[in-house]
Amino acid sequence: MRALLLLLSVIAVGIIFIARLFYLQVYNAPSENLFEDNAIRKVYDYPKRGYIYDRNGALLVSNQPSYDVMVIPREVEPLDTLEFCLLLKIDKEYFKKTYDKAYRYSPRLPSVFLSHLSKEDYASLQEKMRKFDGFYIQKRALRDYQTSIGANVLGYIAEANPQQIKKNPYYRMGDLIGKSGIELSYEEELRGVKGIKFIQKDRFNRDLGPFQDGKHDTIPQQGKDITITIDAELQKYGESLMVNKRGGIIAIEPSTGEILTMITSPTYNPNLLVGRIRSKNYTKLHNDTLAKPLFDRGLQAMYEPGSPFKVLNALIALQEGVITTEEKFVCRRGYNYGGAKPMGCHVHRSPANMNLGIYESCNAYFANVYRRIIDAFPTPAEGMDTWSNHVKSFGLGNYLGYDLRVGQKGLIPDAAYYDRSYGKDRWYTTFTISNAIGQGEVQATPIQLANMVAAIGNRGYFYTPHIIKKIDGVSSIDKKYTLPKKTTIDSRHFEPIVQGMFDVYNKGTAKWIQVPGIEICGKTGTAENFTKVNGQRVQLTDHSIFVAFAPKDNPKIAIAVYVENGYWGARWAGKIASLMIEKYIKGEITRKDLERFVLGGSLEEEYTKPYSGESFWINDHSELQVIEIPPEDESGQE
Amino acid sequence: MSPDRNRNYNFDWISILIYLLLVGFGWVNILSASHTGEITSYFDLSQPFGKQSIFIIASVVLIILILSIEAKFYERFSSIIYILSIISLLGLFVFGKTVSGATSWYGIGGFTIQPSEFAKVATSLAVAKYISDLQTNIKIFKDQLRLFAIISIPAILILLQNDAGSTIVYSAFFFVLYREGLPRWYLLVAVFLILVSVLTLKFGVLPAVLFIGSMIFLIHFFGTKKRTSILRPIGIIILAIGLSFGVKYFYESILKPHQQDRISLWLRLEKDPVKLEKMKKTILYNLNESEKAIGSGGFTGKGFMEGTRTVGKFVPEQHTDYIFSTVGEEWGFLGSSLVVLLFVFLIVRILQRAELQKSQFSRVYGYSVASIFFIHFLINVGMVMGLIPTIGIPLPFFSYGGSGILAYTLLLFIFIRLDSNRINEW
Repeated sequence: MRALLLLLSVIAVGIIFIARLFYLQVYNAPSENLFEDNAIRKVYDYPKRGYIYDRNGALLVSNQPSYDVMVIPREVEPLDTLEFCLLLKIDKEYFKKTYDKAYRYSPRLPSVFLSHLSKEDYASLQEKMRKFDGFYIQKRALRDYQTSIGANVLGYIAEANPQQIKKNPYYRMGDLIGKSGIELSYEEELRGVKGIKFIQKDRFNRDLGPFQDGKHDTIPQQGKDITITIDAELQKYGESLMVNKRGGIIAIEPSTGEILTMITSPTYNPNLLVGRIRSKNYTKLHNDTLAKPLFDRGLQAMYEPGSPFKVLNALIALQEGVITTEEKFVCRRGYNYGGAKPMGCHVHRSPANMNLGIYESCNAYFANVYRRIIDAFPTPAEGMDTWSNHVKSFGLGNYLGYDLRVGQKGLIPDAAYYDRSYGKDRWYTTFTISNAIGQGEVQATPIQLANMVAAIGNRGYFYTPHIIKKIDGVSSIDKKYTLPKKTTIDSRHFEPIVQGMFDVYNKGTAKWIQVPGIEICGKTGTAENFTKVNGQRVQLTDHSIFVAFAPKDNPKIAIAVYVENGYWGARWAGKIASLMIEKYIKGEITRKDLERFVLGGSLEEEYTKPYSGESFWINDHSELQVIEIPPEDESGQE
Repeated sequence: MSPDRNRNYNFDWISILIYLLLVGFGWVNILSASHTGEITSYFDLSQPFGKQSIFIIASVVLIILILSIEAKFYERFSSIIYILSIISLLGLFVFGKTVSGATSWYGIGGFTIQPSEFAKVATSLAVAKYISDLQTNIKIFKDQLRLFAIISIPAILILLQNDAGSTIVYSAFFFVLYREGLPRWYLLVAVFLILVSVLTLKFGVLPAVLFIGSMIFLIHFFGTKKRTSILRPIGIIILAIGLSFGVKYFYESILKPHQQDRISLWLRLEKDPVKLEKMKKTILYNLNESEKAIGSGGFTGKGFMEGTRTVGKFVPEQHTDYIFSTVGEEWGFLGSSLVVLLFVFLIVRILQRAELQKSQFSRVYGYSVASIFFIHFLINVGMVMGLIPTIGIPLPFFSYGGSGILAYTLLLFIFIRLDSNRINEW
């Protein structure tokens, strides 16, 4: 019996040890990830981020070196905090706060301790940092903007946040990632792939040499340069025209779908979002909830398109064969459809055929055309759906599919939409009559309108608008941008409409803003809009809208301009569009007076009205908005 | 069959095979843990693995020597060997060389000799000799005292030389004495002492005393058949209370801070995460790195010479006391379990052979060998894996060290020699 004590002890200890080994090595084993192994130093080599060029080869965005102080909390040894803080020009509170934050994120993984050192600081720190275990300097590439324009197109880069790091393990704390614009859409192409070296360390943090002879090391792959479709000259010019106005300009090359300009106003200088000043400036921009400089009005502003939409109804009516171009409708300063109030119109010749209807923008003419379309079908629902499908074939009512991440669907109603509003089949053509003149339920963004007018200029098809032209010097862009999309309207029906839009310039609503030597086809638009002041719905001065393409045959540019509270179509938007077209096609402006007027013009006073706290006049002192009493609805057509 | 021929064929080849496996695998791990730069020669005397190669060759020579000496020699000369060993320990007070606080070495040329390693062999022989003496009766207190003296003299000398770890190894002889008839109450007292100490430190005086007290009453009223006086359990409880306070006082006032920390870490007394984190960089550093190295080996290990923590020398003393962490990192669960199993097999094998001995001297000696290996294995591997407080003793056959490997070889092969002579006994 006594002999058993030692024997059993030995066997018990053997079992306990194997159980402990199992716990340490199998059950509770740390992942075999090299990145988690603190015996291996990871040295990242960040590649050059791809440059961005405009369509004419002008360099817009390049790089500048930046140096971050990184920390791996677990490896930090007791240090002279005071000396360290003085060296980095930080205070003790920052040290503690940042260190604690890094520790909470991960004691094992590197975090940014102090970002974007200046070159001078870097030079003086480089040697001294060796003294401080657990801290090191990481070189990265920051953006260096060669221009002050196009912030909304170019976007910006910033440190990847923890959610992004979790989602894509490529990114590590402190890595820069595209957050908006081109930088976001083409992040993978621009970024390249960072290289990594694994270096065996000893416990005093000294390098012993490459881990396993560099078997796991990778060399960085350079980011690819990108050429975008934007014409930097034109973009710059457009942005200067939009100073002190709010709105957007989108210009597209109809033969390719390439976006020539994408302007939103107010905008900001992209240099504001670089380096250490980025987050402060970003907050400032983000907090400007009145001017909303981060809101891309060209892509995100949805509003009633107004008169430019009328030409679509003419096209649909021709396609459906419910009207001829010569058929005339009477206009008695409006159209009475049996509603509480007739749809108004302005003074012009009557009766109107299609050509006159378009260039005089006659509401009564298009109300009749619209009714013809819908009423040609046994039920309003069938008519509505047919109409809706035609309209949607122009890229309206849904995301266009361009290669930037922001946008809006707009709204093109169909039968189901009205069924939801009024109950199934409990509505009639007259309920939806506002669609005839691009008001009521219809909503679109400037880029959708620019695309629509490009499709008209192309006589029936369009290419999905896009911003990418070449990647690494090769024009191998996504197929969806190089295949034409056909509308549901046959090309033969476009000529009368194009003629009508041409006559808008010749003798219609835009005859004051002709450009000598260029045949422009356009359409003015005016959209009522409302805001809330003290909880009351208050009408503001109308939005000024203009769409155009030029030249008339084989158009080179299609454009949509939208100026918030610009009153009527030709007043601001039309002038801006004509200047843009002249600038793009001729390269110079002949009408200096007009240019001066636009450059110097400001609508800032208009924008402050709703916040003045007093009653105010809108539409050039024609209507008084009394703040206490809700204003009455009325149509404001030209 | 003549005795002469038997001598050659009765060696326990299983023990020898396990010995060779342990020494060989140990050398492989020392190579991995200790080499710096290119390996030019396996006998590069400027590096530990090169020296270990020489020690292994010396061990082989020693084995041949041990096995060729007449078995009776060891019994006959055990007293002299013991006295020589004590003299060598005493000599350290005059000529000793101090390495990391302990005065345990003689320096001879480029090599050092650690007599405390050899003292284990001498003490084992002396204990075997004394117990096997016909006049000795282990049940008699006077003889017990003498035995304690034989064991304590080298132990105390080693303790005075500031090598507490090696002193603890002498507790191995408890197993031997118990096997040979030491009264049971010694075991009970030992268990009682350990229980009271651990419970007091872990839970405090009052809970410990309450627990022990209720256990004793339970045993008193329900355990024994023979009713004894109520005074006995009460006496034991008073003893427990005194002991408990004594342990508390000993822990708080006599132990040095670093020893307190070792115990507090072992019993998981420290809960403050900030303090723990700080300890991981100071006194816990070795253990923490060694546990991490073992854990990072996973199931199959990172491979020979591929352990990042071993290559980076993250575990201090890795080729000596912490050699098992190299096994853990580079050979994984499979390799480490194999080493554990080899030790268990070896010890069990020695025990089994010891029980077969006809001569009491051989049996007691075999038992001593098994116990000493067991204590080394228990403390060293337990410490490296964080199961036992930090006590610095080597892992036999594995840890780097010339005196060590020669002494353990001596220890084992004297028994193999005695065992081979079994059938020649009367």
